[in-house]
Amino acid sequence: MIKPPVEDFATDFDHTDETWVADPYPIMDDLRERCPIAHSDRYGGLWAPMTYEAVAAIANDTDNFTSRTVVIHNGRPGDEDLPAPIGVAPPISSDPPFHEIARRLLLPAFAPRPINALEDFTRELCNRLLDDLGDADLVDASVGYAEHIPVGLIAKMCGLPPEDGDLFRSFVGVIIEAVDLPAEERILAFEPVQEYIVAVMQERKENPGDDLISYLLDSEILGNKLSDEHVFGSILLLIVAGIDTTWSAIGASILHLSQNPDDLARIVAHPELLPSAVEEFLRAYAPVSMARLVKEDFEFQGCPMKKDDWIFLSFPAANRDPEAFDQADEVLIDREINRHTAFGLGIHRCLGSNLARMEMTVALEEWLKRFPKFELNTELPTTFSQGQVRGPRHLPLRILERG
Amino acid sequence: MKIHLDTGKCQGHGRCYSLAPELFDCDDLGTAVLLVDGELNEDQLAKAKLAAGNCPEFAIEIGN
Repeated sequence: MIKPPVEDFATDFDHTDETWVADPYPIMDDLRERCPIAHSDRYGGLWAPMTYEAVAAIANDTDNFTSRTVVIHNGRPGDEDLPAPIGVAPPISSDPPFHEIARRLLLPAFAPRPINALEDFTRELCNRLLDDLGDADLVDASVGYAEHIPVGLIAKMCGLPPEDGDLFRSFVGVIIEAVDLPAEERILAFEPVQEYIVAVMQERKENPGDDLISYLLDSEILGNKLSDEHVFGSILLLIVAGIDTTWSAIGASILHLSQNPDDLARIVAHPELLPSAVEEFLRAYAPVSMARLVKEDFEFQGCPMKKDDWIFLSFPAANRDPEAFDQADEVLIDREINRHTAFGLGIHRCLGSNLARMEMTVALEEWLKRFPKFELNTELPTTFSQGQVRGPRHLPLRILERG
Repeated sequence: MKIHLDTGKCQGHGRCYSLAPELFDCDDLGTAVLLVDGELNEDQLAKAKLAAGNCPEFAIEIGN
């Protein structure tokens, strides 16, 4: 399907338009000045707020906006989906009060202590990937490095074979990137994902282990085991949500350093700057935009929103709002005050934020030890993912110095 | 000056206990827990301000 190019993002917004995919930041700034809530008739009706204030208000308003589905596409959650408050992938798709029940089941596994216990595993994984890059001077930091790290961690936490990583990335392609397909085609494309999860659940029911999937199958709410649909949805969330997101964050950080030799040299000379640099990369290159659906017709900040209109909830745009951040358009790796929204705001704060930060930190530390100096190889294209998760998918670099 | 932590606002972003582990810890769900009660000394005040300035949910206030 060929979609018409966007003429004016203010009235015909589309986050899959190639102009937005290539570089959304000038468009965000322009819309924030002019609208600041863009609209579109695409996807059956969509609003895209560009200010921190509006994004925060919507993220915190579960009365007027539902999380029943969080991936903008051409359909609407229909008969094939679980209704609110559970939704297709609890707890990300759940509304109160069920949301908190589903979230509390998963929070302990993603709390700082269990995540920190995975640090050594992550470091070994990163070093194996770096070993595989060998002595080549021209490398792709996305294809050869970033894309393998999150799938390795999720496979480990779920007790799934590491070689299924390629499969998980193909699921991400179907669910998060191929959002502009007609609804029927999306349902067909989803079939392999469904088959995989159903098979894993069956296998783990017969052979439970010490992993998150076995834990979910064994969990109870008010004395009852979770429904198969709930377990299915949470596995879907685990093997999709933690992959292209962190992959994008690692890639975007390396891309920044490849184009900003002063920042690269500063971090290599002063590794104690890495924690604030990681937060600043998360602010400036936040990979994830969420979505909500409008629950009932109502007016929000002068916009006549209709039931089932999409909200493109752009945390990246909020993070670039000069009303909320000093020097919002500059990347300051030693920024002291940084209330960025890369992991969302309110009750849906990213469940995996501790995991993502640990992966980013370890991935960058090990990369910089191996490659203290590198630059973007502009002879090959740098490409970005389309959809609500944005980050480099091809990141060609020239290695200038080895550690 | 004292720290006021609003655990109702805290969503477990984890910034406070990463930046100021001498002032904040977390529970098993990742929600912040305040470790100090009472007046802050100068070092603690600087750390508390850093934690407050990095809380995305505005859950930490420094005041009397």
